[in-house]
Amino acid sequence: MGVEGIGARVARKEDRRFVTGAGRYVDDMVVPGMKHAAFVRSPYAHADVKKIDVKAAEAMPGVIAVLTGKQLKGDGIGNLICGWMIHSKDGTPMKMGAWSPLAVDRVRYVGDAVAIVVAETKGQARDAAEAVEVTYREKKAVVDPARALAKGAPQLHPEAEGNLIYDWEIGDGKAVDAAIASAAHVTRLHIVNNRLVPNAIEPRAALGHYDKAEDHFTCWTTSQNPHVARLVMSAFYNVAPENKLRVIAPDVGGGFGSKIFIYPEEIVCLWASKRTGVPVKWVADRTESFMTDAHGRDHVTEVEMAFDKDNRITALKVDTIANFGAYMSLFSSSVPTYLYATLLSGQYNIPAIHANVRAVYTNTSPVDAYRGAGRPEATYVLERTMETAARELGVSPAELRRKNFVTQFPHQTPVIMAYDAGDYAASLDAAMKAADYAGFSERKKAAAKKGKLRGIGMSCYIEACGIAPSAAVGSLGAGVGLWESAEVRVNAVGTIEVLTGSHSHGQGHETTFAQLVAQRLSVPLDTVSIVHGDTDKVQMGMGTYGSRSGAVGMSAVFKALDKVEAKAKKIAAHLMEADEADIVIENGELKVAGTDKKLPWFQVALASYTAHNLPAGMEPGLKETAFYDPSNFTFPAGCYICEVEIDPDTGVTEIVQFVAADDFGNIINPMIVEGQVHGGIAQGIGQALLEGCRYDPASGQLVTASYMDYTMPRADDLPSFKVSTSNTPCPSNPLGIKGCGEAGAIGSPPAVINAVTDAIGDNDLTMPATPLKVWTALKAATRH
Amino acid sequence: MKRLVSMTVNGEEIELAIPPYRTLLDVLRNEGRLTGTKKGCDVGDCGACTVIMDGSPVNSCLVLGIEAEGATIETIEGQHAGPDLPHLIQEKFMDHGGAQCGFCTPGIIMMTKALLKENPNPTESEVRFAIAGNICRCTGYAKIVDAVLAAAEDLRKGRTL
Repeated sequence: MGVEGIGARVARKEDRRFVTGAGRYVDDMVVPGMKHAAFVRSPYAHADVKKIDVKAAEAMPGVIAVLTGKQLKGDGIGNLICGWMIHSKDGTPMKMGAWSPLAVDRVRYVGDAVAIVVAETKGQARDAAEAVEVTYREKKAVVDPARALAKGAPQLHPEAEGNLIYDWEIGDGKAVDAAIASAAHVTRLHIVNNRLVPNAIEPRAALGHYDKAEDHFTCWTTSQNPHVARLVMSAFYNVAPENKLRVIAPDVGGGFGSKIFIYPEEIVCLWASKRTGVPVKWVADRTESFMTDAHGRDHVTEVEMAFDKDNRITALKVDTIANFGAYMSLFSSSVPTYLYATLLSGQYNIPAIHANVRAVYTNTSPVDAYRGAGRPEATYVLERTMETAARELGVSPAELRRKNFVTQFPHQTPVIMAYDAGDYAASLDAAMKAADYAGFSERKKAAAKKGKLRGIGMSCYIEACGIAPSAAVGSLGAGVGLWESAEVRVNAVGTIEVLTGSHSHGQGHETTFAQLVAQRLSVPLDTVSIVHGDTDKVQMGMGTYGSRSGAVGMSAVFKALDKVEAKAKKIAAHLMEADEADIVIENGELKVAGTDKKLPWFQVALASYTAHNLPAGMEPGLKETAFYDPSNFTFPAGCYICEVEIDPDTGVTEIVQFVAADDFGNIINPMIVEGQVHGGIAQGIGQALLEGCRYDPASGQLVTASYMDYTMPRADDLPSFKVSTSNTPCPSNPLGIKGCGEAGAIGSPPAVINAVTDAIGDNDLTMPATPLKVWTALKAATRH
Repeated sequence: MKRLVSMTVNGEEIELAIPPYRTLLDVLRNEGRLTGTKKGCDVGDCGACTVIMDGSPVNSCLVLGIEAEGATIETIEGQHAGPDLPHLIQEKFMDHGGAQCGFCTPGIIMMTKALLKENPNPTESEVRFAIAGNICRCTGYAKIVDAVLAAAEDLRKGRTL
């Protein structure tokens, strides 16, 4: 490891602009002639749109245009789509209802957009939006997915009878039922995975600019994957052909999944720019973000886990209802299926697994991937069940897990995934040691003397990252391949630009990707620039989500570097009249091994571009591209231990210790990895103790639509974290990277709830475990 | 109708014609073209728009531009130790990985400056309490707290804010 290469804890290059306020986010962009947009949104969860009268709004000061869904449809703009096909167990395809970027005759959730107002200022646009007179006929709404499935429930889409999108299964149901029937013990739980609002601190935004002279669109947008945005907007929404549409995702202030998807607003802003002839900018306010960003989780699950007399797991049966909200968001269908049920084997040898998943429409915001996407839900089901089983069986939760760990690799689970490598006992041991697990009973006694209830809980998670082998996801219904591209340009005087289809919105790619280049080419970090987030600069890419940028994006860079290195060595060998095999790269130079002959990088680069003296037949230039398609998923895994102290008088839970022991394979920058884990844990603790999105069951109004109503984790809600990693290299990519972006959010919720339920002795607590819920559970226990 | 307002922003006296309803945040970002101060919620809940006004930290979305008449405002753009030299707090945020997406960062740095001016020797829990009004969704706050404590340590060694 060099001081700046792979494994070095270097400060982030991008931070120079972030800490000085020089970052450039969409709302910071100003384009000459730019005007401002506001959306007219439905105040009802479910209603027919009878009439839209825009006359009064059009007459308001500063208003340039008020545009509705009828005009949008008239111009041929298409409906939004879900890009992952899932088939129900009866073989029928999922039932996708129509989602128009501007609703025409029906609105299906509070916040559904019906019109856009473009005006000179944002204030004028908002005032005029309030003056648009929409006549609604309110219909009955349903927000609870189980109720939506019941007979007589309000129906959202004619395409989806009974609001059922799909009824999907995986695994061997008969084998599972037989194992449960003959089990020595069966643990059964009803599990709710609470709905969350991602809440990137930068609100979503879009700036659409149609250039009439060039007949060309530019879209600045808060996207995790600008190339996918361009692809989908061209192929399905009929905004413009790809060669007439440039999508730029500049600095983006957090995503956590919510900025993967293509939303109505960017499509409508582009279309409105062509209609009005002016650049149109829209920036969500915070309540709009709460209402219209795709939400996460929202599963209700019945689980049964069977054990033999030696406490070995013999089967797992899972029945889940997943709330999809009012429309199918871009990747929604994959989340409770292939990103969820395929992880239900966890770290354990489970001979038989069956999962049934019903996806359901309700009058709520669309639900899609949020940090972890399916894997936190699977881990919560499994790890709550393991902890409960240990309590029922009267055995140590750690030993029950250890007894059932997978220890032989590769390991084929009954639910598609083939684990390639891992050492689960190592993470468990590391976490237990770091947490002084053995000393817990003494700490519990000490806490009791202070009148506090102390509890400890653990969670052993596995996830699938490095998403994903294109052929594999294609066979499972994905509409896109999930490779990544890279281009390495060694410029004529030796600086290096790396173009990547990955996108950084907090992950620090400008540093980690540059560390890889610095290591391979033996050049200073400062000479390497990373270019991303612009479809005019980077040819194609699949973007950043699913902890894939290291494992897939950097592997593409690695492949391109192989080609650059090979060509540079050929040129150097030719110039120094040496054998190509004798050229080594050291200290920024290409040297002939065993001699004092050497050339600095810039001379080799310059020679490639002057092309005065190249090997016969060689093309000039030193620029190489590569596409990398992973051969397998990667499997990060780890063990989290949470210790809490609860005040029985108030129900307030304090996390007194939080330990994470993760196996992420090889690590490029430990400081960045720690930051990713910390942030994930904070979101997981948020889910477990603080955050919960609520709709009023009768009206369908979003009750938690501001930071005063939806509790975000703040600095004084959280402890310091004890994090450590082990590094079993991933065998399926050249860098041995597994991915670290989501682990914290996946592993932490069950650890926290296992600790809280341990402290209070009530196993039925649902997330978020607010003081009121904990206090109520304690009072109920006293009464019994 | 616009009103003429003068204030000192990052040491420079400026005069602006602004509508009376415009927030200080919008005045800084639009009229002032100082976009380092961020709008995360516009209702005083997230702290992304924190600036220092007459020595005290404020959510600039909760202050009207006309209320800043005659005031001294410090924003993130004014923080540096010299030409091209980061401010002590900025340096510590870089050293400790205190920023991820960068959106909440300017507000937290300004809040940190206000804290350390008042209390150059804070405990961890005092730091956590001081920045509790600033939401960060990326970092889990741990590395921010490390950065603030490291800046405080350097203050005790004689460096200045």
